[in-house]
Amino acid sequence: MQTQPLLIVDRLSKSFGSNQVLKDISLTIAGGDVTCIIGASGSGKSTLLRCLNRLETPDAGTVYLEGAPVGMKWSKDRLYEMSPKELAGQRRAMGMVFQGFHLFPHLTALENIMQAPRTVKKEKTEDARGYALELLDRVGLVEKAQFYPHQLSGGQQQRIAIARSLAMRPKVMLFDEPTSALDPELVGEVLWVMKSLAQDGMTMAVVTHEMDFAREVANHVVFMDAGYIVEEGAPADVLGNPQHARTKTFLSRVS
Amino acid sequence: MTVDARTVSTGLKVEVNQKPIKRRHPSWWLGGAAIALLVLAFLQVLVTNANLQWPVVAEYLFAPEILAGLGRTMLLTLLAMIIGLAIGVIIAVMRLSQNPVFQWVSISWIWFFRGVPPLVQLVLWYNLALIFPELTFGIPFGPSLMSLDTNAVITPFSAAILGLSLTESAYAAEMIRAGIQAVSGGQTEAAASLGMSRGQTLRKIVLPQAIRIVIPPIGNDTISMLKFTSLVSVLALPDLLYSAQMIYARTYQTIPLLLVATLWYLLLATVLTFALSRVEKRLAGKSTSVVNGAGRGWRDAFRITARKEASL
Repeated sequence: MQTQPLLIVDRLSKSFGSNQVLKDISLTIAGGDVTCIIGASGSGKSTLLRCLNRLETPDAGTVYLEGAPVGMKWSKDRLYEMSPKELAGQRRAMGMVFQGFHLFPHLTALENIMQAPRTVKKEKTEDARGYALELLDRVGLVEKAQFYPHQLSGGQQQRIAIARSLAMRPKVMLFDEPTSALDPELVGEVLWVMKSLAQDGMTMAVVTHEMDFAREVANHVVFMDAGYIVEEGAPADVLGNPQHARTKTFLSRVS
Repeated sequence: MTVDARTVSTGLKVEVNQKPIKRRHPSWWLGGAAIALLVLAFLQVLVTNANLQWPVVAEYLFAPEILAGLGRTMLLTLLAMIIGLAIGVIIAVMRLSQNPVFQWVSISWIWFFRGVPPLVQLVLWYNLALIFPELTFGIPFGPSLMSLDTNAVITPFSAAILGLSLTESAYAAEMIRAGIQAVSGGQTEAAASLGMSRGQTLRKIVLPQAIRIVIPPIGNDTISMLKFTSLVSVLALPDLLYSAQMIYARTYQTIPLLLVATLWYLLLATVLTFALSRVEKRLAGKSTSVVNGAGRGWRDAFRITARKEASL
Protein backbone atom coordinates (compact mmCIF):
# COMPACT_ATOMS: atom_id res chain seq x y z
CA MET A 1 0.00 0.00 0.00
CA GLN A 2 1.24 3.45 -0.87
CA THR A 3 1.17 6.22 1.66
CA GLN A 4 -0.86 8.48 -0.57
CA PRO A 5 -4.04 7.05 -2.10
CA LEU A 6 -3.98 6.95 -5.90
CA LEU A 7 -7.47 8.36 -6.29
CA ILE A 8 -9.46 10.42 -3.85
CA VAL A 9 -13.04 11.40 -4.60
CA ASP A 10 -14.09 14.31 -2.46
CA ARG A 11 -17.76 15.27 -2.05
CA LEU A 12 -18.72 14.81 -5.68
CA SER A 13 -22.15 15.95 -6.91
CA LYS A 14 -23.66 15.79 -10.35
CA SER A 15 -27.11 16.51 -11.73
CA PHE A 16 -28.63 15.97 -15.13
CA GLY A 17 -31.32 18.62 -15.28
CA SER A 18 -33.40 18.26 -12.14
CA ASN A 19 -32.20 14.72 -11.57
CA GLN A 20 -29.34 14.61 -9.09
CA VAL A 21 -27.44 11.40 -9.86
CA LEU A 22 -24.47 11.86 -7.51
CA LYS A 23 -24.97 13.22 -4.01
CA ASP A 24 -21.88 14.14 -2.05
CA ILE A 25 -19.86 11.08 -2.97
CA SER A 26 -16.53 10.53 -1.26
CA LEU A 27 -14.31 7.55 -1.97
CA THR A 28 -10.68 6.55 -1.68
CA ILE A 29 -8.85 4.15 -3.93
CA ALA A 30 -5.34 3.14 -2.98
CA GLY A 31 -2.70 1.90 -5.41
CA GLY A 32 -3.27 -1.78 -6.18
CA ASP A 33 -6.89 -1.65 -5.01
CA VAL A 34 -9.59 -3.40 -6.98
CA THR A 35 -12.76 -1.50 -6.21
CA CYS A 36 -16.06 -2.84 -7.49
CA ILE A 37 -18.93 -0.39 -7.63
CA ILE A 38 -22.28 -2.16 -7.59
CA GLY A 39 -25.89 -1.04 -7.54
CA ALA A 40 -29.07 -0.97 -9.58
CA SER A 41 -29.22 0.85 -12.92
CA GLY A 42 -29.72 4.55 -12.37
CA SER A 43 -27.95 4.47 -9.03
CA GLY A 44 -25.22 6.76 -10.38
CA LYS A 45 -22.34 4.30 -10.49
CA SER A 46 -21.48 4.84 -14.17
CA THR A 47 -21.68 8.60 -13.74
CA LEU A 48 -19.30 8.36 -10.79
CA LEU A 49 -16.81 6.43 -12.90
CA ARG A 50 -17.13 8.92 -15.77
CA CYS A 51 -16.50 11.80 -13.37
CA LEU A 52 -13.17 10.23 -12.36
CA ASN A 53 -11.57 10.96 -15.74
CA ARG A 54 -13.88 13.90 -16.30
CA LEU A 55 -15.82 12.54 -19.25
CA GLU A 56 -18.60 14.05 -17.16
CA THR A 57 -17.86 17.31 -15.42
CA PRO A 58 -19.08 17.17 -11.82
CA ASP A 59 -21.16 20.07 -10.54
CA ALA A 60 -19.32 20.12 -7.23
CA GLY A 61 -16.51 18.23 -5.59
CA THR A 62 -13.06 17.21 -6.70
CA VAL A 63 -11.28 14.08 -7.85
CA TYR A 64 -7.62 13.88 -6.92
CA LEU A 65 -5.22 11.73 -8.89
CA GLU A 66 -2.01 11.24 -6.90
CA GLY A 67 -2.87 14.33 -4.94
CA ALA A 68 -3.49 16.59 -7.95
CA PRO A 69 -7.05 17.72 -8.71
CA VAL A 70 -8.34 16.30 -12.01
CA GLY A 71 -9.26 18.94 -14.59
CA MET A 72 -8.16 21.78 -12.35
CA LYS A 73 -4.89 23.36 -11.35
CA TRP A 74 -3.61 25.76 -8.73
CA SER A 75 -1.85 28.87 -9.83
CA LYS A 76 -0.96 31.69 -7.43
CA ASP A 77 -3.39 30.38 -4.83
CA ARG A 78 -6.26 30.30 -7.25
CA LEU A 79 -7.91 27.28 -8.82
CA TYR A 80 -8.22 27.33 -12.61
CA GLU A 81 -9.94 25.02 -15.07
CA MET A 82 -7.38 23.04 -17.05
CA SER A 83 -6.87 23.39 -20.77
CA PRO A 84 -8.11 20.41 -22.82
CA LYS A 85 -4.48 19.53 -23.47
CA GLU A 86 -3.59 19.41 -19.77
CA LEU A 87 -6.71 17.36 -19.05
CA ALA A 88 -5.77 14.98 -21.85
CA GLY A 89 -2.44 14.54 -20.08
CA GLN A 90 -4.21 13.48 -16.89
CA ARG A 91 -6.60 11.19 -18.72
CA ARG A 92 -3.64 9.26 -20.08
CA ALA A 93 -3.05 7.95 -16.56
CA MET A 94 -6.62 6.61 -16.37
CA GLY A 95 -7.48 3.91 -18.88
CA MET A 96 -11.17 3.39 -19.52
CA VAL A 97 -13.09 0.40 -20.83
CA PHE A 98 -16.64 0.98 -21.98
CA GLN A 99 -19.74 -1.16 -21.98
CA GLY A 100 -20.05 -0.69 -25.77
CA PHE A 101 -16.30 -1.33 -26.43
CA HIS A 102 -16.00 1.71 -28.77
CA LEU A 103 -13.14 0.23 -30.75
CA PHE A 104 -12.18 2.33 -33.75
CA PRO A 105 -13.94 0.46 -36.58
CA HIS A 106 -11.64 1.74 -39.34
CA LEU A 107 -8.53 0.33 -37.69
CA THR A 108 -7.36 -3.24 -37.14
CA ALA A 109 -7.02 -4.63 -33.63
CA LEU A 110 -3.29 -3.90 -33.70
CA GLU A 111 -3.80 -0.37 -35.05
CA ASN A 112 -6.45 0.29 -32.42
CA ILE A 113 -3.88 -0.44 -29.73
CA MET A 114 -1.07 1.47 -31.46
CA GLN A 115 -3.12 4.59 -32.27
CA ALA A 116 -2.88 6.49 -28.98
CA PRO A 117 0.79 5.69 -28.22
CA ARG A 118 1.65 6.81 -31.76
CA THR A 119 -0.36 10.04 -31.83
CA VAL A 120 -0.29 11.06 -28.17
CA LYS A 121 3.06 9.83 -26.95
CA LYS A 122 4.72 10.05 -30.40
CA GLU A 123 6.14 6.58 -29.89
CA LYS A 124 8.06 5.09 -32.78
CA THR A 125 6.00 2.69 -34.88
CA GLU A 126 8.14 -0.32 -34.06
CA ASP A 127 8.07 0.44 -30.31
CA ALA A 128 4.28 0.91 -30.30
CA ARG A 129 3.89 -2.22 -32.39
CA GLY A 130 6.10 -4.27 -30.12
CA TYR A 131 4.20 -3.28 -26.99
CA ALA A 132 0.85 -3.68 -28.77
CA LEU A 133 1.75 -7.26 -29.71
CA GLU A 134 2.82 -7.90 -26.14
CA LEU A 135 -0.56 -6.64 -24.92
CA LEU A 136 -2.40 -8.70 -27.53
CA ASP A 137 -0.56 -11.72 -26.18
CA ARG A 138 -1.59 -10.76 -22.69
CA VAL A 139 -5.29 -10.68 -23.62
CA GLY A 140 -4.78 -13.85 -25.66
CA LEU A 141 -5.50 -12.38 -29.10
CA VAL A 142 -2.18 -12.20 -30.95
CA GLU A 143 -3.64 -14.14 -33.86
CA LYS A 144 -6.35 -11.48 -34.29
CA ALA A 145 -3.89 -8.58 -34.70
CA GLN A 146 -4.87 -7.87 -38.31
CA PHE A 147 -8.61 -8.31 -37.82
CA TYR A 148 -11.06 -5.43 -37.87
CA PRO A 149 -13.40 -4.97 -34.90
CA HIS A 150 -16.47 -6.15 -36.85
CA GLN A 151 -14.71 -9.44 -37.55
CA LEU A 152 -14.35 -10.14 -33.83
CA SER A 153 -16.82 -11.34 -31.23
CA GLY A 154 -17.97 -9.01 -28.48
CA GLY A 155 -15.70 -10.68 -25.95
CA GLN A 156 -12.72 -10.38 -28.27
CA GLN A 157 -13.55 -6.72 -28.97
CA GLN A 158 -13.67 -5.96 -25.26
CA ARG A 159 -10.33 -7.69 -24.69
CA ILE A 160 -8.83 -5.56 -27.50
CA ALA A 161 -10.36 -2.48 -25.85
CA ILE A 162 -8.64 -3.41 -22.59
CA ALA A 163 -5.33 -3.84 -24.42
CA ARG A 164 -5.89 -0.48 -26.12
CA SER A 165 -6.23 1.24 -22.75
CA LEU A 166 -3.22 -0.59 -21.31
CA ALA A 167 -1.09 0.64 -24.21
CA MET A 168 -1.00 4.08 -22.59
CA ARG A 169 0.47 2.47 -19.44
CA PRO A 170 -2.21 3.92 -17.16
CA LYS A 171 -1.93 4.02 -13.39
CA VAL A 172 -5.54 3.06 -12.90
CA MET A 173 -8.06 1.27 -15.11
CA LEU A 174 -11.72 2.25 -15.08
CA PHE A 175 -14.21 -0.38 -16.24
CA ASP A 176 -17.74 0.78 -17.02
CA GLU A 177 -19.90 -2.36 -17.05
CA PRO A 178 -17.38 -4.15 -19.28
CA THR A 179 -19.40 -7.35 -19.63
CA SER A 180 -22.97 -6.03 -19.72
CA ALA A 181 -23.20 -5.88 -23.52
CA LEU A 182 -21.81 -9.38 -23.97
CA ASP A 183 -23.52 -12.67 -24.70
CA PRO A 184 -23.38 -14.79 -21.52
CA GLU A 185 -20.89 -17.26 -22.94
CA LEU A 186 -18.41 -14.43 -23.73
CA VAL A 187 -18.40 -12.85 -20.27
CA GLY A 188 -15.86 -15.29 -18.84
CA GLU A 189 -13.02 -14.45 -21.22
CA VAL A 190 -13.24 -10.74 -20.37
CA LEU A 191 -13.40 -11.38 -16.63
CA TRP A 192 -10.42 -13.67 -16.99
CA VAL A 193 -8.36 -10.82 -18.51
CA MET A 194 -9.52 -8.43 -15.79
CA LYS A 195 -8.64 -10.92 -13.10
CA SER A 196 -5.14 -11.39 -14.47
CA LEU A 197 -4.73 -7.61 -14.48
CA ALA A 198 -5.75 -7.45 -10.85
CA GLN A 199 -3.29 -10.21 -9.99
CA ASP A 200 -0.54 -8.17 -11.63
CA GLY A 201 -1.30 -5.37 -9.21
CA MET A 202 -3.21 -2.99 -11.48
CA THR A 203 -5.36 -0.47 -9.66
CA MET A 204 -8.91 -0.93 -10.93
CA ALA A 205 -12.32 0.66 -10.45
CA VAL A 206 -15.00 -1.60 -11.86
CA VAL A 207 -18.67 -0.81 -12.27
CA THR A 208 -20.21 -4.23 -12.63
CA HIS A 209 -23.14 -6.54 -12.11
CA GLU A 210 -20.83 -9.56 -11.81
CA MET A 211 -21.14 -10.35 -8.11
CA ASP A 212 -18.90 -13.39 -8.35
CA PHE A 213 -16.14 -11.25 -9.82
CA ALA A 214 -16.57 -8.68 -7.04
CA ARG A 215 -16.49 -11.41 -4.40
CA GLU A 216 -13.46 -13.12 -5.85
CA VAL A 217 -11.25 -10.32 -7.19
CA ALA A 218 -12.17 -7.07 -5.43
CA ASN A 219 -10.67 -6.00 -2.14
CA HIS A 220 -13.18 -3.19 -1.81
CA VAL A 221 -16.88 -3.12 -2.74
CA VAL A 222 -19.00 0.01 -2.94
CA PHE A 223 -22.78 -0.28 -3.07
CA MET A 224 -24.56 2.75 -4.50
CA ASP A 225 -28.24 3.57 -4.48
CA ALA A 226 -30.03 6.73 -5.66
CA GLY A 227 -26.84 8.76 -5.89
CA TYR A 228 -25.46 7.82 -2.46
CA ILE A 229 -22.83 5.37 -1.32
CA VAL A 230 -24.97 3.26 0.98
CA GLU A 231 -22.36 0.80 2.10
CA GLU A 232 -18.74 0.03 1.37
CA GLY A 233 -16.06 -2.26 2.66
CA ALA A 234 -14.49 -5.64 2.13
CA PRO A 235 -16.44 -7.90 -0.23
CA ALA A 236 -16.96 -10.45 2.53
CA ASP A 237 -18.72 -7.79 4.59
CA VAL A 238 -20.70 -5.90 1.94
CA LEU A 239 -21.67 -8.94 -0.12
CA GLY A 240 -21.57 -11.56 2.62
CA ASN A 241 -23.02 -9.67 5.53
CA PRO A 242 -24.75 -6.48 4.31
CA GLN A 243 -25.84 -4.07 7.05
CA HIS A 244 -28.30 -1.92 5.14
CA ALA A 245 -31.76 -2.97 4.05
CA ARG A 246 -31.25 -1.56 0.54
CA THR A 247 -28.05 -3.54 0.08
CA LYS A 248 -29.82 -6.69 1.19
CA THR A 249 -32.72 -6.08 -1.19
CA PHE A 250 -30.36 -5.44 -4.11
CA LEU A 251 -28.23 -8.49 -3.41
CA SER A 252 -31.25 -10.73 -3.04
CA ARG A 253 -32.45 -9.55 -6.45
CA VAL A 254 -29.17 -10.10 -8.33
CA SER A 255 -28.23 -13.47 -6.90
CA MET B 1 -39.67 -32.73 -37.33
CA THR B 2 -40.19 -34.66 -40.55
CA VAL B 3 -42.96 -34.16 -43.05
CA ASP B 4 -44.47 -37.49 -42.16
CA ALA B 5 -44.67 -36.60 -38.51
CA ARG B 6 -46.38 -33.35 -39.33
CA THR B 7 -48.91 -35.13 -41.50
CA VAL B 8 -49.77 -37.33 -38.61
CA SER B 9 -49.90 -34.61 -36.00
CA THR B 10 -52.07 -32.17 -37.94
CA GLY B 11 -54.23 -34.80 -39.59
CA LEU B 12 -53.79 -33.06 -42.94
CA LYS B 13 -52.54 -34.76 -46.03
CA VAL B 14 -49.30 -33.19 -47.22
CA GLU B 15 -47.27 -34.65 -50.03
CA VAL B 16 -43.54 -34.80 -49.52
CA ASN B 17 -41.60 -32.13 -51.49
CA GLN B 18 -44.76 -30.64 -52.93
CA LYS B 19 -44.09 -27.48 -54.96
CA PRO B 20 -46.83 -24.98 -55.89
CA ILE B 21 -47.40 -24.12 -59.55
CA LYS B 22 -45.77 -20.75 -60.21
CA ARG B 23 -48.11 -17.79 -60.74
CA ARG B 24 -48.31 -16.46 -64.29
CA HIS B 25 -47.88 -12.78 -64.98
CA PRO B 26 -49.51 -11.91 -68.32
CA SER B 27 -49.60 -8.19 -67.42
CA TRP B 28 -45.81 -8.15 -67.18
CA TRP B 29 -45.53 -9.42 -70.71
CA LEU B 30 -48.14 -7.00 -72.03
CA GLY B 31 -46.63 -3.97 -70.31
CA GLY B 32 -43.11 -4.96 -71.29
CA ALA B 33 -44.11 -5.35 -74.90
CA ALA B 34 -45.79 -1.93 -74.98
CA ILE B 35 -42.75 -0.18 -73.53
CA ALA B 36 -40.38 -2.07 -75.83
CA LEU B 37 -42.43 -0.90 -78.79
CA LEU B 38 -42.11 2.74 -77.68
CA VAL B 39 -38.38 2.34 -77.17
CA LEU B 40 -38.02 0.89 -80.66
CA ALA B 41 -39.97 3.79 -82.14
CA PHE B 42 -37.72 6.25 -80.32
CA LEU B 43 -34.58 4.51 -81.55
CA GLN B 44 -35.96 4.58 -85.07
CA VAL B 45 -36.43 8.35 -84.82
CA LEU B 46 -32.87 8.73 -83.53
CA VAL B 47 -31.51 6.84 -86.51
CA THR B 48 -33.75 8.07 -89.29
CA ASN B 49 -34.40 11.72 -88.43
CA ALA B 50 -32.07 13.60 -90.76
CA ASN B 51 -32.23 16.77 -88.62
CA LEU B 52 -30.00 15.10 -86.06
CA GLN B 53 -27.23 15.05 -88.67
CA TRP B 54 -25.25 12.15 -87.26
CA PRO B 55 -22.46 12.51 -89.87
CA VAL B 56 -21.84 16.05 -88.52
CA VAL B 57 -21.82 14.70 -84.98
CA ALA B 58 -19.16 12.20 -86.00
CA GLU B 59 -17.16 14.95 -87.71
CA TYR B 60 -17.00 17.15 -84.61
CA LEU B 61 -16.93 14.51 -81.86
CA PHE B 62 -13.14 14.58 -81.69
CA ALA B 63 -12.58 18.10 -83.00
CA PRO B 64 -9.67 19.85 -81.24
CA GLU B 65 -11.91 22.66 -79.89
CA ILE B 66 -14.36 20.14 -78.49
CA LEU B 67 -11.59 18.11 -76.85
CA ALA B 68 -10.05 21.28 -75.40
CA GLY B 69 -13.48 22.22 -74.03
CA LEU B 70 -13.88 18.71 -72.63
CA GLY B 71 -10.55 19.08 -70.84
CA ARG B 72 -11.60 22.42 -69.40
CA THR B 73 -14.89 20.95 -68.18
CA MET B 74 -13.03 18.17 -66.42
CA LEU B 75 -10.53 20.62 -64.92
CA LEU B 76 -13.35 22.87 -63.67
CA THR B 77 -15.15 19.90 -62.12
CA LEU B 78 -12.01 18.68 -60.41
CA LEU B 79 -10.88 22.06 -59.07
CA ALA B 80 -14.36 23.13 -57.95
CA MET B 81 -14.80 19.84 -56.09
CA ILE B 82 -11.38 19.92 -54.41
CA ILE B 83 -11.65 23.55 -53.32
CA GLY B 84 -15.33 23.14 -52.38
CA LEU B 85 -14.60 20.09 -50.23
CA ALA B 86 -11.63 21.73 -48.53
CA ILE B 87 -13.74 24.74 -47.58
CA GLY B 88 -16.63 22.42 -46.73
CA VAL B 89 -14.57 20.55 -44.10
CA ILE B 90 -13.65 23.84 -42.42
CA ILE B 91 -17.25 25.11 -42.51
CA ALA B 92 -18.55 21.79 -41.14
CA VAL B 93 -16.06 21.79 -38.27
CA MET B 94 -16.98 25.42 -37.49
CA ARG B 95 -20.64 24.45 -37.52
CA LEU B 96 -19.95 21.81 -34.86
CA SER B 97 -17.74 24.11 -32.80
CA GLN B 98 -18.74 25.19 -29.30
CA ASN B 99 -17.95 28.77 -30.25
CA PRO B 100 -21.17 30.61 -31.19
CA VAL B 101 -19.31 33.03 -33.48
CA PHE B 102 -17.93 30.09 -35.49
CA GLN B 103 -21.38 28.52 -35.58
CA TRP B 104 -23.06 31.61 -36.89
CA VAL B 105 -20.41 32.32 -39.51
CA SER B 106 -20.81 28.74 -40.69
CA ILE B 107 -24.61 28.90 -40.73
CA SER B 108 -24.55 32.20 -42.64
CA TRP B 109 -22.02 30.85 -45.13
CA ILE B 110 -24.17 27.84 -45.88
CA TRP B 111 -27.31 30.00 -46.01
CA PHE B 112 -25.76 32.37 -48.56
CA PHE B 113 -23.93 29.99 -50.87
CA ARG B 114 -26.68 27.44 -50.89
CA GLY B 115 -29.33 30.11 -51.40
CA VAL B 116 -27.83 32.07 -54.29
CA PRO B 117 -28.13 30.21 -57.61
CA PRO B 118 -24.72 29.28 -59.03
CA LEU B 119 -25.54 31.10 -62.27
CA VAL B 120 -26.16 34.35 -60.38
CA GLN B 121 -22.94 33.78 -58.42
CA LEU B 122 -20.90 33.27 -61.57
CA VAL B 123 -22.05 36.59 -63.03
CA LEU B 124 -21.65 38.32 -59.68
CA TRP B 125 -18.08 37.12 -59.19
CA TYR B 126 -17.24 38.00 -62.76
CA ASN B 127 -18.40 41.57 -62.13
CA LEU B 128 -16.65 41.88 -58.80
CA ALA B 129 -14.66 44.85 -60.09
CA LEU B 130 -17.88 46.87 -60.21
CA ILE B 131 -18.15 46.52 -56.41
CA PHE B 132 -14.47 46.44 -55.45
CA PRO B 133 -12.23 47.97 -58.13
CA GLU B 134 -9.21 47.04 -56.05
CA LEU B 135 -8.56 44.04 -53.81
CA THR B 136 -6.60 45.09 -50.77
CA PHE B 137 -4.94 42.73 -48.33
CA GLY B 138 -4.00 43.99 -44.92
CA ILE B 139 -5.06 44.24 -41.32
CA PRO B 140 -8.79 44.95 -40.95
CA PHE B 141 -9.32 48.63 -40.10
CA GLY B 142 -5.51 48.92 -40.24
CA PRO B 143 -2.77 49.44 -42.79
CA SER B 144 -2.94 47.62 -46.12
CA LEU B 145 -0.10 45.37 -47.20
CA MET B 146 -0.90 44.67 -50.82
CA SER B 147 -3.31 45.92 -53.44
CA LEU B 148 -4.41 44.24 -56.66
CA ASP B 149 -6.49 45.36 -59.61
CA THR B 150 -9.66 43.27 -59.40
CA ASN B 151 -9.92 42.93 -63.15
CA ALA B 152 -6.49 41.32 -63.22
CA VAL B 153 -7.53 38.72 -60.63
CA ILE B 154 -11.01 37.94 -61.86
CA THR B 155 -10.80 36.14 -65.16
CA PRO B 156 -13.64 34.02 -66.55
CA PHE B 157 -11.80 30.98 -65.21
CA SER B 158 -11.22 32.30 -61.69
CA ALA B 159 -14.80 33.61 -61.52
CA ALA B 160 -16.03 30.18 -62.60
CA ILE B 161 -13.94 28.42 -59.97
CA LEU B 162 -15.13 30.85 -57.30
CA GLY B 163 -18.81 30.48 -58.13
CA LEU B 164 -18.76 26.71 -58.49
CA SER B 165 -16.50 25.89 -55.54
CA LEU B 166 -18.28 28.23 -53.12
CA THR B 167 -21.64 26.71 -54.03
CA GLU B 168 -20.13 23.29 -53.57
CA SER B 169 -18.60 24.26 -50.23
CA ALA B 170 -22.07 24.91 -48.77
CA TYR B 171 -23.41 21.53 -49.86
CA ALA B 172 -20.20 19.74 -48.89
CA ALA B 173 -20.28 21.34 -45.44
CA GLU B 174 -23.75 19.95 -44.78
CA MET B 175 -22.79 16.48 -45.98
CA ILE B 176 -19.58 16.41 -43.95
CA ARG B 177 -21.38 17.70 -40.88
CA ALA B 178 -23.90 14.88 -41.19
CA GLY B 179 -21.01 12.44 -41.64
CA ILE B 180 -19.21 13.69 -38.54
CA GLN B 181 -22.41 13.52 -36.51
CA ALA B 182 -23.04 9.98 -37.70
CA VAL B 183 -19.82 8.83 -35.99
CA SER B 184 -20.93 7.69 -32.56
CA GLY B 185 -20.13 9.78 -29.50
CA GLY B 186 -18.52 6.72 -27.96
CA GLN B 187 -15.68 7.06 -30.44
CA THR B 188 -14.89 10.55 -29.20
CA GLU B 189 -15.12 9.41 -25.58
CA ALA B 190 -12.85 6.45 -26.22
CA ALA B 191 -10.28 8.74 -27.85
CA ALA B 192 -10.58 11.25 -25.01
CA SER B 193 -10.07 8.54 -22.40
CA LEU B 194 -6.85 7.59 -24.18
CA GLY B 195 -5.59 11.14 -23.75
CA MET B 196 -6.04 12.21 -27.36
CA SER B 197 -6.66 15.92 -27.90
CA ARG B 198 -9.76 17.14 -29.70
CA GLY B 199 -7.76 17.88 -32.84
CA GLN B 200 -6.14 14.44 -32.80
CA THR B 201 -9.53 12.81 -32.25
CA LEU B 202 -10.98 14.70 -35.19
CA ARG B 203 -8.10 13.90 -37.54
CA LYS B 204 -7.35 10.31 -36.54
CA ILE B 205 -10.69 8.95 -35.39
CA VAL B 206 -13.72 10.97 -36.48
CA LEU B 207 -12.84 12.27 -39.96
CA PRO B 208 -11.56 8.91 -41.31
CA GLN B 209 -14.91 7.39 -40.37
CA ALA B 210 -16.96 10.38 -41.54
CA ILE B 211 -15.23 10.28 -44.94
CA ARG B 212 -16.41 6.71 -45.49
CA ILE B 213 -19.94 7.82 -44.75
CA VAL B 214 -19.90 10.84 -47.05
CA ILE B 215 -18.10 9.31 -50.03
CA PRO B 216 -21.35 8.17 -51.73
CA PRO B 217 -23.08 11.59 -51.50
CA ILE B 218 -19.87 13.37 -52.52
CA GLY B 219 -19.62 11.14 -55.58
CA ASN B 220 -23.19 12.05 -56.41
CA ASP B 221 -22.29 15.71 -56.00
CA THR B 222 -19.34 15.32 -58.36
CA ILE B 223 -21.72 14.17 -61.08
CA SER B 224 -23.91 17.20 -60.38
CA MET B 225 -20.86 19.46 -60.53
CA LEU B 226 -19.91 18.03 -63.91
CA LYS B 227 -23.22 19.27 -65.24
CA PHE B 228 -23.17 22.56 -63.33
CA THR B 229 -19.90 23.49 -65.05
CA SER B 230 -21.89 24.04 -68.24
CA LEU B 231 -23.17 27.25 -66.60
CA VAL B 232 -19.78 28.86 -67.18
CA SER B 233 -20.72 29.33 -70.82
CA VAL B 234 -22.34 32.62 -69.65
CA LEU B 235 -18.84 33.86 -68.89
CA ALA B 236 -17.71 32.97 -72.44
CA LEU B 237 -15.37 30.40 -70.92
CA PRO B 238 -14.81 27.72 -73.56
CA ASP B 239 -15.85 24.64 -71.63
CA LEU B 240 -17.43 21.68 -73.42
CA LEU B 241 -20.80 23.38 -73.97
CA TYR B 242 -19.43 26.78 -74.95
CA SER B 243 -16.95 25.23 -77.37
CA ALA B 244 -19.86 23.51 -79.09
CA GLN B 245 -21.83 26.75 -79.06
CA MET B 246 -18.95 28.65 -80.65
CA ILE B 247 -18.84 26.14 -83.48
CA TYR B 248 -22.56 26.17 -84.19
CA ALA B 249 -22.64 29.97 -84.02
CA ARG B 250 -20.33 29.78 -87.01
CA THR B 251 -21.79 26.82 -88.89
CA TYR B 252 -25.47 26.89 -87.79
CA GLN B 253 -25.25 23.13 -87.09
CA THR B 254 -26.91 23.64 -83.71
CA ILE B 255 -28.41 20.22 -83.05
CA PRO B 256 -25.48 18.01 -84.02
CA LEU B 257 -23.08 20.07 -81.92
CA LEU B 258 -25.37 19.98 -78.93
CA LEU B 259 -25.47 16.22 -79.48
CA VAL B 260 -21.67 16.16 -79.42
CA ALA B 261 -21.71 17.94 -76.04
CA THR B 262 -24.49 15.66 -74.80
CA LEU B 263 -22.57 12.53 -75.73
CA TRP B 264 -19.45 13.70 -73.91
CA TYR B 265 -21.38 14.73 -70.79
CA LEU B 266 -23.11 11.35 -70.77
CA LEU B 267 -19.81 9.54 -71.16
CA LEU B 268 -18.21 11.44 -68.27
CA ALA B 269 -21.29 10.92 -66.09
CA THR B 270 -21.24 7.21 -66.93
CA VAL B 271 -17.58 6.88 -66.00
CA LEU B 272 -18.18 8.71 -62.72
CA THR B 273 -21.27 6.62 -61.94
CA PHE B 274 -19.32 3.45 -62.59
CA ALA B 275 -16.42 4.56 -60.41
CA LEU B 276 -18.84 5.60 -57.68
CA SER B 277 -20.71 2.32 -57.66
CA ARG B 278 -17.42 0.46 -57.35
CA VAL B 279 -16.38 2.60 -54.40
CA GLU B 280 -19.78 2.12 -52.79
CA LYS B 281 -19.55 -1.62 -53.20
CA ARG B 282 -16.19 -1.66 -51.48
CA LEU B 283 -17.51 0.52 -48.68
CA ALA B 284 -20.47 -1.79 -48.25
CA GLY B 285 -18.01 -4.59 -47.61
CA LYS B 286 -18.46 -6.61 -50.78
CA SER B 287 -14.72 -7.17 -51.00
CA THR B 288 -13.52 -8.85 -47.87
CA SER B 289 -9.84 -9.04 -48.71
CA VAL B 290 -8.85 -7.11 -45.64
CA VAL B 291 -5.91 -8.73 -44.00
CA ASN B 292 -3.26 -6.18 -44.83
CA GLY B 293 -2.46 -3.91 -41.96
CA ALA B 294 0.11 -1.87 -43.86
CA GLY B 295 -2.35 0.10 -45.99
CA ARG B 296 -2.36 3.85 -45.48
CA GLY B 297 -3.99 6.98 -46.84
CA TRP B 298 -6.38 6.51 -49.72
CA ARG B 299 -6.11 2.78 -49.65
CA ASP B 300 -7.13 3.06 -46.05
CA ALA B 301 -10.19 5.09 -46.90
CA PHE B 302 -11.44 2.38 -49.19
CA ARG B 303 -10.94 -0.50 -46.85
CA ILE B 304 -14.14 -2.01 -45.71
CA THR B 305 -15.64 -1.02 -42.45
CA ALA B 306 -18.58 -2.23 -40.55
CA ARG B 307 -19.67 0.72 -38.52
CA LYS B 308 -22.03 -1.44 -36.58
CA GLU B 309 -21.06 -1.55 -33.00
CA ALA B 310 -22.71 -3.44 -30.25
CA SER B 311 -25.78 -1.59 -29.18
CA LEU B 312 -26.03 -0.10 -25.71
